[in-house]
Amino acid sequence: MTNEILFYFFAGLAVLGGVLVVTMRNAVHSAVFLITTLLATAGLYLTLNAEFLFVVQIILYVGGIMVLFVFVIMLVNLDVALHQVQFNRQTWVAGLLSFALLAELLAAVALARSYGEENWLFAAPHVPTVTAEGNTEQIGRLLFQNYVIPFEIASILLLVALVGAVVMGKKRI
Amino acid sequence: MIPTSHYLVVSLLLFTTGVIGVLTRRNVIIVLMSIELILNAVNINLVAFSQHLASLDGQVFAIFVITDAAAEAAVGLGIIIAFFRNRQTLLADEMDLLRW
Repeated sequence: MTNEILFYFFAGLAVLGGVLVVTMRNAVHSAVFLITTLLATAGLYLTLNAEFLFVVQIILYVGGIMVLFVFVIMLVNLDVALHQVQFNRQTWVAGLLSFALLAELLAAVALARSYGEENWLFAAPHVPTVTAEGNTEQIGRLLFQNYVIPFEIASILLLVALVGAVVMGKKRI
Repeated sequence: MIPTSHYLVVSLLLFTTGVIGVLTRRNVIIVLMSIELILNAVNINLVAFSQHLASLDGQVFAIFVITDAAAEAAVGLGIIIAFFRNRQTLLADEMDLLRW
Protein backbone atom coordinates (compact mmCIF):
# COMPACT_ATOMS: atom_id res chain seq x y z
CA MET A 1 0.00 0.00 0.00
CA THR A 2 2.78 2.40 0.88
CA ASN A 3 4.36 1.62 -2.46
CA GLU A 4 1.20 2.62 -4.34
CA ILE A 5 0.84 5.89 -2.45
CA LEU A 6 4.49 6.74 -3.06
CA PHE A 7 4.18 5.84 -6.74
CA TYR A 8 1.15 8.04 -7.38
CA PHE A 9 2.65 10.90 -5.37
CA PHE A 10 5.95 10.83 -7.27
CA ALA A 11 4.26 10.25 -10.64
CA GLY A 12 1.94 13.21 -10.17
CA LEU A 13 4.81 15.38 -9.00
CA ALA A 14 6.93 14.40 -12.00
CA VAL A 15 4.22 15.12 -14.57
CA LEU A 16 3.18 18.38 -12.88
CA GLY A 17 6.79 19.53 -12.76
CA GLY A 18 7.28 18.59 -16.41
CA VAL A 19 4.26 20.63 -17.51
CA LEU A 20 5.48 23.61 -15.48
CA VAL A 21 8.99 23.34 -17.01
CA VAL A 22 7.49 23.79 -20.46
CA THR A 23 5.03 26.57 -19.57
CA MET A 24 7.07 28.83 -17.27
CA ARG A 25 8.16 32.19 -18.68
CA ASN A 26 11.31 32.57 -16.60
CA ALA A 27 14.11 30.09 -17.34
CA VAL A 28 15.11 29.97 -13.66
CA HIS A 29 11.60 28.86 -12.67
CA SER A 30 11.76 26.20 -15.36
CA ALA A 31 15.04 24.98 -13.90
CA VAL A 32 13.56 24.76 -10.41
CA PHE A 33 10.59 22.74 -11.66
CA LEU A 34 12.93 20.52 -13.67
CA ILE A 35 14.75 19.79 -10.40
CA THR A 36 11.37 18.85 -8.90
CA THR A 37 10.70 16.48 -11.78
CA LEU A 38 14.16 14.91 -11.52
CA LEU A 39 13.78 14.33 -7.77
CA ALA A 40 10.33 12.81 -8.32
CA THR A 41 11.85 10.53 -10.96
CA ALA A 42 14.46 9.50 -8.41
CA GLY A 43 11.56 8.59 -6.10
CA LEU A 44 10.05 6.48 -8.89
CA TYR A 45 13.37 4.62 -9.19
CA LEU A 46 13.12 3.91 -5.48
CA THR A 47 9.67 2.35 -5.92
CA LEU A 48 11.25 0.17 -8.64
CA ASN A 49 13.96 -1.13 -6.27
CA ALA A 50 16.72 0.68 -8.17
CA GLU A 51 18.60 2.20 -5.25
CA PHE A 52 21.82 2.81 -7.16
CA LEU A 53 20.03 4.77 -9.89
CA PHE A 54 18.20 6.75 -7.22
CA VAL A 55 21.52 7.96 -5.82
CA VAL A 56 23.05 8.48 -9.29
CA GLN A 57 20.02 10.52 -10.37
CA ILE A 58 20.29 12.85 -7.39
CA ILE A 59 24.08 13.26 -7.47
CA LEU A 60 24.52 13.51 -11.23
CA TYR A 61 21.32 15.13 -12.48
CA VAL A 62 20.30 17.38 -9.62
CA GLY A 63 23.80 17.99 -8.29
CA GLY A 64 25.68 18.18 -11.58
CA ILE A 65 23.62 18.90 -14.67
CA MET A 66 21.08 21.21 -13.05
CA VAL A 67 23.80 23.27 -11.37
CA LEU A 68 25.33 23.65 -14.83
CA PHE A 69 21.97 24.78 -16.21
CA VAL A 70 21.41 27.33 -13.46
CA PHE A 71 24.96 28.60 -13.89
CA VAL A 72 24.49 29.11 -17.63
CA ILE A 73 21.13 30.84 -17.06
CA MET A 74 22.94 33.20 -14.72
CA LEU A 75 25.66 33.86 -17.33
CA VAL A 76 23.30 34.61 -20.22
CA ASN A 77 20.42 36.13 -18.26
CA LEU A 78 18.51 38.64 -20.36
CA ASP A 79 15.78 40.76 -18.86
CA VAL A 80 14.41 41.55 -22.30
CA ALA A 81 13.87 37.84 -22.92
CA LEU A 82 11.16 37.83 -20.26
CA HIS A 83 9.04 40.32 -22.18
CA GLN A 84 9.28 38.58 -25.54
CA VAL A 85 6.88 36.02 -26.98
CA GLN A 86 7.83 32.68 -25.44
CA PHE A 87 6.24 30.32 -27.97
CA ASN A 88 7.06 30.19 -31.67
CA ARG A 89 4.69 30.34 -34.63
CA GLN A 90 4.30 26.59 -35.05
CA THR A 91 2.95 26.15 -31.51
CA TRP A 92 -0.58 25.06 -32.43
CA VAL A 93 0.50 22.57 -35.08
CA ALA A 94 3.22 21.21 -32.80
CA GLY A 95 0.84 20.88 -29.85
CA LEU A 96 -1.75 19.12 -31.97
CA LEU A 97 0.79 16.67 -33.36
CA SER A 98 2.23 16.03 -29.90
CA PHE A 99 -1.19 15.19 -28.52
CA ALA A 100 -1.78 12.92 -31.51
CA LEU A 101 1.51 11.19 -30.63
CA LEU A 102 0.42 10.87 -26.99
CA ALA A 103 -2.95 9.38 -28.01
CA GLU A 104 -1.19 6.94 -30.32
CA LEU A 105 1.25 5.76 -27.66
CA LEU A 106 -1.47 5.46 -25.02
CA ALA A 107 -3.51 3.43 -27.49
CA ALA A 108 -0.46 1.20 -28.01
CA VAL A 109 -0.21 0.59 -24.26
CA ALA A 110 -3.97 -0.02 -24.03
CA LEU A 111 -3.86 -2.41 -27.00
CA ALA A 112 -1.11 -4.39 -25.29
CA ARG A 113 -3.82 -5.43 -22.84
CA SER A 114 -5.51 -7.54 -25.50
CA TYR A 115 -2.33 -9.24 -26.72
CA GLY A 116 0.35 -11.30 -25.10
CA GLU A 117 0.13 -14.06 -22.57
CA GLU A 118 -2.45 -13.22 -19.89
CA ASN A 119 -1.97 -9.44 -19.73
CA TRP A 120 1.67 -9.66 -18.80
CA LEU A 121 2.12 -5.90 -18.97
CA PHE A 122 -0.75 -5.27 -16.58
CA ALA A 123 -0.12 -7.94 -14.04
CA ALA A 124 2.07 -7.16 -11.07
CA PRO A 125 5.72 -7.68 -12.07
CA HIS A 126 8.02 -10.27 -10.63
CA VAL A 127 8.79 -9.74 -7.01
CA PRO A 128 12.58 -9.33 -7.01
CA THR A 129 14.34 -12.08 -5.21
CA VAL A 130 16.40 -10.81 -2.32
CA THR A 131 20.00 -11.74 -3.00
CA ALA A 132 23.03 -11.64 -0.79
CA GLU A 133 24.61 -8.77 -2.71
CA GLY A 134 22.74 -5.52 -3.11
CA ASN A 135 21.64 -3.56 -6.15
CA THR A 136 24.88 -1.59 -6.38
CA GLU A 137 27.12 -4.67 -6.32
CA GLN A 138 25.05 -6.36 -9.00
CA ILE A 139 25.12 -3.30 -11.28
CA GLY A 140 28.85 -2.90 -10.74
CA ARG A 141 29.45 -6.55 -11.62
CA LEU A 142 27.33 -6.20 -14.76
CA LEU A 143 29.02 -2.93 -15.73
CA PHE A 144 32.53 -4.33 -15.46
CA GLN A 145 31.84 -7.76 -16.93
CA ASN A 146 29.13 -7.73 -19.59
CA TYR A 147 29.23 -4.04 -20.45
CA VAL A 148 32.90 -3.18 -20.11
CA ILE A 149 33.36 -2.05 -23.76
CA PRO A 150 30.34 0.32 -23.70
CA PHE A 151 31.62 1.57 -20.35
CA GLU A 152 34.99 2.49 -21.86
CA ILE A 153 33.31 4.09 -24.88
CA ALA A 154 31.18 6.16 -22.50
CA SER A 155 34.35 7.38 -20.80
CA ILE A 156 35.75 8.44 -24.20
CA LEU A 157 32.46 10.22 -24.91
CA LEU A 158 32.79 12.12 -21.64
CA LEU A 159 36.36 13.09 -22.51
CA VAL A 160 35.24 14.38 -25.92
CA ALA A 161 32.38 16.31 -24.32
CA LEU A 162 34.82 17.81 -21.81
CA VAL A 163 37.14 19.01 -24.58
CA GLY A 164 34.17 20.28 -26.59
CA ALA A 165 32.77 22.26 -23.67
CA VAL A 166 36.17 23.84 -22.99
CA VAL A 167 36.62 24.81 -26.66
CA MET A 168 33.11 26.27 -26.80
CA GLY A 169 33.81 28.32 -23.70
CA LYS A 170 36.86 30.05 -25.21
CA LYS A 171 36.79 33.79 -25.64
CA ARG A 172 37.09 33.87 -29.43
CA ILE A 173 35.59 31.09 -31.47
CA MET B 1 3.04 -4.02 -6.56
CA ILE B 2 2.34 -1.45 -9.25
CA PRO B 3 1.79 -2.80 -12.79
CA THR B 4 4.48 -1.92 -15.32
CA SER B 5 1.91 -0.22 -17.56
CA HIS B 6 1.43 2.54 -14.98
CA TYR B 7 5.10 3.41 -15.25
CA LEU B 8 4.76 3.38 -19.03
CA VAL B 9 1.90 5.90 -18.86
CA VAL B 10 3.89 8.24 -16.58
CA SER B 11 6.83 7.94 -18.96
CA LEU B 12 4.58 8.71 -21.94
CA LEU B 13 3.19 11.84 -20.29
CA LEU B 14 6.70 13.09 -19.48
CA PHE B 15 7.90 12.27 -23.00
CA THR B 16 5.04 14.16 -24.66
CA THR B 17 5.59 17.15 -22.38
CA GLY B 18 9.24 17.17 -23.42
CA VAL B 19 8.36 16.92 -27.11
CA ILE B 20 5.93 19.85 -26.79
CA GLY B 21 8.66 21.85 -25.06
CA VAL B 22 11.22 21.12 -27.76
CA LEU B 23 8.80 21.99 -30.57
CA THR B 24 7.17 25.12 -29.18
CA ARG B 25 9.56 27.04 -26.93
CA ARG B 26 11.77 29.78 -28.34
CA ASN B 27 14.28 29.93 -25.47
CA VAL B 28 17.11 27.50 -26.28
CA ILE B 29 17.88 26.77 -22.62
CA ILE B 30 14.31 25.61 -22.04
CA VAL B 31 14.55 23.48 -25.19
CA LEU B 32 17.62 21.78 -23.67
CA MET B 33 15.70 21.25 -20.41
CA SER B 34 12.87 19.65 -22.39
CA ILE B 35 15.41 17.26 -23.90
CA GLU B 36 16.40 16.30 -20.36
CA LEU B 37 12.71 15.59 -19.69
CA ILE B 38 12.60 13.25 -22.69
CA LEU B 39 15.74 11.42 -21.53
CA ASN B 40 14.17 11.00 -18.10
CA ALA B 41 11.05 9.49 -19.61
CA VAL B 42 13.25 6.97 -21.43
CA ASN B 43 15.03 6.15 -18.17
CA ILE B 44 11.76 5.47 -16.36
CA ASN B 45 10.83 3.03 -19.13
CA LEU B 46 14.19 1.28 -18.94
CA VAL B 47 14.08 0.85 -15.17
CA ALA B 48 10.42 -0.23 -15.20
CA PHE B 49 11.17 -2.96 -17.72
CA SER B 50 14.31 -3.87 -15.80
CA GLN B 51 12.09 -4.70 -12.84
CA HIS B 52 9.41 -6.27 -14.98
CA LEU B 53 11.84 -8.72 -16.57
CA ALA B 54 13.80 -9.21 -13.33
CA SER B 55 17.03 -8.28 -15.11
CA LEU B 56 19.43 -5.48 -14.25
CA ASP B 57 20.48 -4.74 -17.87
CA GLY B 58 17.90 -1.96 -18.10
CA GLN B 59 19.42 -0.16 -15.13
CA VAL B 60 22.88 -0.34 -16.72
CA PHE B 61 21.43 1.19 -19.88
CA ALA B 62 19.82 3.92 -17.77
CA ILE B 63 23.30 4.74 -16.43
CA PHE B 64 24.57 5.09 -20.00
CA VAL B 65 21.63 7.36 -20.84
CA ILE B 66 22.47 9.55 -17.84
CA THR B 67 26.09 9.72 -19.04
CA ASP B 68 24.90 10.81 -22.47
CA ALA B 69 22.64 13.43 -20.91
CA ALA B 70 25.58 14.87 -18.99
CA ALA B 71 27.76 15.04 -22.11
CA GLU B 72 24.96 16.56 -24.16
CA ALA B 73 24.18 19.18 -21.51
CA ALA B 74 27.84 20.20 -21.22
CA VAL B 75 28.37 20.62 -24.98
CA GLY B 76 24.92 22.15 -25.57
CA LEU B 77 25.34 24.76 -22.86
CA GLY B 78 28.84 25.52 -24.17
CA ILE B 79 27.39 26.15 -27.61
CA ILE B 80 24.68 28.37 -26.09
CA ILE B 81 27.30 30.47 -24.28
CA ALA B 82 29.43 30.81 -27.42
CA PHE B 83 26.40 31.76 -29.51
CA PHE B 84 25.11 34.24 -26.95
CA ARG B 85 28.52 35.92 -26.87
CA ASN B 86 28.43 36.42 -30.64
CA ARG B 87 24.79 37.23 -31.32
CA GLN B 88 23.30 38.40 -27.98
CA THR B 89 20.21 36.25 -28.37
CA LEU B 90 18.79 33.05 -26.91
CA LEU B 91 15.81 32.62 -29.21
CA ALA B 92 15.83 29.56 -31.43
CA ASP B 93 14.11 31.25 -34.38
CA GLU B 94 16.70 34.04 -34.46
CA MET B 95 19.51 31.51 -34.88
CA ASP B 96 19.54 31.63 -38.67
CA LEU B 97 23.24 31.90 -39.53
CA LEU B 98 22.94 29.03 -42.00
CA ARG B 99 19.85 30.43 -43.73
CA TRP B 100 20.52 31.60 -47.24
